Amino acid sequence: MGVVAFAIIRVRDLFAAVMLSGIFSLLAAVLYVDLGAVDVAFTEAAVGVGIATLLFVAAISLTTGKEKAPKKSRAMPLFVVIVTGMILLWGTLDMPHYGDPNAPANKHVVPRYLEQSGKEIGLPNVVTSVLASYRGYDTLGETFVIFTAGLDALVLLGRGRNRWRPGMRSNPKDEEREEEV
Amino acid sequence: MNRHSILRVVSKIFIPFIMLFALYVQFHGDFGPGGGFQAGVIFAAAFVLYALIYGVEKARKVLPATATRIMLIVGVLLFAGTGFVGIFLGGNYLDYSALASTVTGGQHLGIFIVELGVGITVAATMVTVFFVFSGQDF
Repeated sequence: MGVVAFAIIRVRDLFAAVMLSGIFSLLAAVLYVDLGAVDVAFTEAAVGVGIATLLFVAAISLTTGKEKAPKKSRAMPLFVVIVTGMILLWGTLDMPHYGDPNAPANKHVVPRYLEQSGKEIGLPNVVTSVLASYRGYDTLGETFVIFTAGLDALVLLGRGRNRWRPGMRSNPKDEEREEEV
Repeated sequence: MNRHSILRVVSKIFIPFIMLFALYVQFHGDFGPGGGFQAGVIFAAAFVLYALIYGVEKARKVLPATATRIMLIVGVLLFAGTGFVGIFLGGNYLDYSALASTVTGGQHLGIFIVELGVGITVAATMVTVFFVFSGQDF
């Protein structure tokens, strides 16, 4: 993954960079499978490899496929990235070891979910039970976040374009803008 | 991308299978990995692929702007409405146990509907965002 990340930074052809970022997501998905998080891996594969790559390709087809050479020195961003990375690594030193049965994540509510959800919910996939039922409010909130994102895109970029709709008032500002174009 | 005949033929073959796989992920999420979010993304990817290969105008004929807007709202209302149905049937908000005669049956039904709501919303959002950003949201 490190090699792919460096390749994404170095490569100047944006199409190659998009493909490499897809490979990066695929490797991340493999990593999640290795950690036992199949649902997360699935999401990573669907979003990171699928829709993100498609959206980037669409963006390239609308703009240009080449990255411009940077003019400013990149020493300062590199310094910030290295310091942030070291702080993050330092933060992980306090965390329990991987697979530690006494880790807080394995002690708190996980045993109840694993042992009781079969009786309480009756679904074989515990992740779905947790997401949709035990943590229903969280998932509802996430759905509203996605809904708001779609709504924002419409409000910011799709405004006043619905000319074909019957009975809709035309927006003079938008007509002016289209004449300029 | 109208001239790439290989892309056109291959995508024409693949798009039905992508959609079928999305539906499988949607309705099999209770038993295997997957669920509404992943299914919605895969479903939207099929439409985005179609729009990339055949042009956004043609894709908009298949899935008009009004349809995606309605899907956007229906998905969220399906989720939130399931919670209110739970209240009216004597449970708490988003407590699916009251939806059917047995507890597990109610949970099954509730999770099924809720995941469907998530899937519809995600699919509509992804398609809307793509169409809006490509500047062809008639």
